[in-house]
Amino acid sequence: MGAIRVLIAKPGLDGHDRGAKVIARALRDAGMEVIYTGLRQTPEMIAEAALQEDVDVVGLSILSGAHMALVPRIREVMNEHGLKDVFLIVGGIIPDEDKAKLSALGVQGIFGPGANTEDIATFIRELMEAQGT
Amino acid sequence: MTQELAQAMLNGSRRALAQLLTAVENEREGVDQALAALFPHTGRAWVIGITGAPGTGKSTLVNALAKAYRAQDKTVGIIAVDPTSPFTGGAILGDRIRMRDLSGDPGIFIRSMATRGSLGGLARATRDAVRVLDAGGYDIILVETVGAGQNEVAIVRTAHTTVVVEAPGLGDEVQAIKAGILEIADVLVVNKADRPGVTNTVRALRTMLELGHPTARRLISHHGQRLEVPATNGHDAPLWLPPIVQTVASENKGIDELAAAVDQHRRHLEAAESLDSMERQHIEIELEDRLRESLLRRLLERLPADSVQAVIERVQARTLDPQGAVDELIAQAEDGI
Ligand SMILES: Nc1nc2c(ncn2[C@@H]2O[C@H](COP(=O)(O)OP(=O)(O)OP(=O)(O)O)[C@@H](O)[C@H]2O)c(=O)[nH]1
Ligand SMILES: [Mg+2]
Repeated sequence: MGAIRVLIAKPGLDGHDRGAKVIARALRDAGMEVIYTGLRQTPEMIAEAALQEDVDVVGLSILSGAHMALVPRIREVMNEHGLKDVFLIVGGIIPDEDKAKLSALGVQGIFGPGANTEDIATFIRELMEAQGT
Repeated sequence: MTQELAQAMLNGSRRALAQLLTAVENEREGVDQALAALFPHTGRAWVIGITGAPGTGKSTLVNALAKAYRAQDKTVGIIAVDPTSPFTGGAILGDRIRMRDLSGDPGIFIRSMATRGSLGGLARATRDAVRVLDAGGYDIILVETVGAGQNEVAIVRTAHTTVVVEAPGLGDEVQAIKAGILEIADVLVVNKADRPGVTNTVRALRTMLELGHPTARRLISHHGQRLEVPATNGHDAPLWLPPIVQTVASENKGIDELAAAVDQHRRHLEAAESLDSMERQHIEIELEDRLRESLLRRLLERLPADSVQAVIERVQARTLDPQGAVDELIAQAEDGI
């Protein structure tokens, strides 16, 4: 069994990725292999990287408020690439009514800006265990 | 399962290719059979190792070089290796950040790899990953590793052409070039040639090359100038002197020259019939590695679970010497047959 592989991506146009980097480092410290792709990733770029890197989880950091425009599209393109079984988690400021919609669309985890990074690592590990790998 | 992946990959599935690379990295059950099935489809790609100190611009260079090869209608597979943290076992693999120009191109496949545990493990994973991409039909395979130890030697044993990347302003030029890394270079790149200090770096490299490179030393002493001339190296093959190419990877400058230098090295190997002997040497090293690993695994399988621990304790207590311990373990394993 190899390390858990996570793609951390920053979709959309907002131009800072401090939060994404904090998560990347925390997941590395939790023993995961984190593929970090940088700013301004399109849904196609994210799905392609997730496919090539054969990641278990895609983590999106979205602070711009554009999550309802971006996340469903990313899930859709990922599914088109045959990545239905790859987990999707989102970090950002997401209102409760959107959370329900995103969950229904196939987002497994949603974390606010104040979320404890260790909780995110634990959440990912539990997702993987539940999947049975 | 892994066998089916091999078939799916040969039928063009990129998802299967990615999953095979994971199987190789994790040494998953059945991967040996899959690699055996792929092996007849390998041996076509030209494998280029790109190594050098952290931050010299290797990923940016890979990005630019891959674009140059795409312009020649060649497909490109990329393996970018970054170190695993020895404390947590995790890693941040950030080379893709510099390769965004390549996304959306079906003629490109990029895979990030962590060094994980052992050097032996990395050498094997890199070799097998290259083979998977080779069987996947990629014409050129670029392998980026950080030259921070022996990793680069592991890729030299896989690559046909090894490119060593330097950049000005890394402090003491000579310092950055030491540690035998020059000796593995087929092509030297001074990247960030837009920065002050390029001339110094190039000069330092040239001096090091003249002093240190096994080929250059003979050329210099025999001919007094830096030219590639037919000379003998034991089996009448012409010698190769690593060219120094200046690039500004972030602005695509010098990239065609770099691709040309790699191409020249390839033609040199082919013309000198050195390619055959290089491949034979790679195979010999690989077989030796695999033999060592397989024998060790078999031996350990035959030993009772606690016997290694028992001799460790005796060695620690100084009642048994290390080689004596090994002889004893081997004898025990042979008894068990
Ligand atoms: N000025 C200048 N900067 C460059 C050039 N090439 C790359 N860079 C910059 O150098 C930095 C490091 O580039 P990378 O391509 O990530 O270097 P690397 O060698 O792959 O780094 P590691 O993989 O971390 O060892 C980035 O900020 C690049 O934009 C160049 O030719 N000139
Ligand atoms: Mg890099």
